[in-house]
Amino acid sequence: MRLSGPDDVSVRSCPGGPDLVRGATLVVDDDGVQHEVTRPVVAICRCDRSSRMPWCDSTHKAVRPR
Amino acid sequence: MLLPRERGPLSRRVLQTLRTGPGSSRSTTAFTELALGPDSVVTDEDAQLALWTLYELHYRGFDDAAEDLEWDPTVLRLRRTLERRFERELREAVALRLRSLPGEAPVGETLLALPATSTGPSPAAYLHRHASREVVVDFLRERSLQQLKESDPQAFVLPRLTGRSKVALAELLYDEFGGGRPERLHQRLFAEAMVSVGLDPTYGTYVDEVGALSLASANAMSMFGLHRRLRGAAMGHLAVFEATSSVPSRKIAGGMDRLGLPPAAAAYFHEHVEADSVHEHLAAHDICGAMVAEEPGLREDVLVGAAVCLHLDELSALELTERWNPTAPTAQEVAS
Repeated sequence: MRLSGPDDVSVRSCPGGPDLVRGATLVVDDDGVQHEVTRPVVAICRCDRSSRMPWCDSTHKAVRPR
Repeated sequence: MLLPRERGPLSRRVLQTLRTGPGSSRSTTAFTELALGPDSVVTDEDAQLALWTLYELHYRGFDDAAEDLEWDPTVLRLRRTLERRFERELREAVALRLRSLPGEAPVGETLLALPATSTGPSPAAYLHRHASREVVVDFLRERSLQQLKESDPQAFVLPRLTGRSKVALAELLYDEFGGGRPERLHQRLFAEAMVSVGLDPTYGTYVDEVGALSLASANAMSMFGLHRRLRGAAMGHLAVFEATSSVPSRKIAGGMDRLGLPPAAAAYFHEHVEADSVHEHLAAHDICGAMVAEEPGLREDVLVGAAVCLHLDELSALELTERWNPTAPTAQEVAS
């Protein structure tokens, strides 16, 4: 996974949840597919179970009940 | 939008005052208090409609009520009587739930753990697997009361925050309000979902048809948003609202696809699967966490607001699922 943007890209991991990414305009996944960022902040999946990769879809709540 | 139809003595009094202006009724009722009965106002459609009508003066207003009534002392006094009781009942209703929470954990983590304490039926699960088209339409009609002004109540809070929490709320609101693209405004996506199933998306069209709990849910957000004193509750409510949206939204979208509804119907919910997976963390950690770090005294109200969101969602779920499927076990039966 590669994050790119015109300015600084910041990443913060949420406990038991996704990475919150600010400042990225493009997310390139491990297969080289580019995903355009359309929100001021995006959540990147960390559990690999999202059905909308690379974006978090909250599936982790079902996999790892809090 | 026109003033709604009355549903009892409280809404009658409020509507009369708004229709004629407080001056014209000064001789009889203008300065007497609203008489609230002993029963709960949370589930009383008359009280909730009265409050909703008073709050709407601060949003879009009514074509048949003078605009300057928004800040009229007599009108505010009616609102205050209803609000005092509403707030007291809500605080009492969530006190027990809050006592069982660990006092030490960071507020963000506590907020995101709260939805697991929720009980009762799930309208989203019913919409996913069983609902008919008519039920889905009924659901959209009920939700239209708050979704056509989605995030507007929380926008009232922005000038009351500073620093990190203000920046995070602005990020969240910018996304809710379309991220610079009017066609992505969530209120508009909801209106398009309504149109796709034959509903009228005009603001306020269905107020005469919705239940007490749809009104109460919208009113709680307005009360929290309009009082600076309740800013903690407003943001705690937002955190749980967002944290209980993504998974249900996916189920609802699935139910709409099952019924073969037009893509615009599910599009609103698909958007919320992704958006609210971001927003719940923004709200819990970046907004509420920062607010409480700066002002530790807000922690209690943040959790009150969060628990109120769950409480009203549970009551609303009962109202809806009992209407849709009268043979389903009630929440009391499920719990016992």
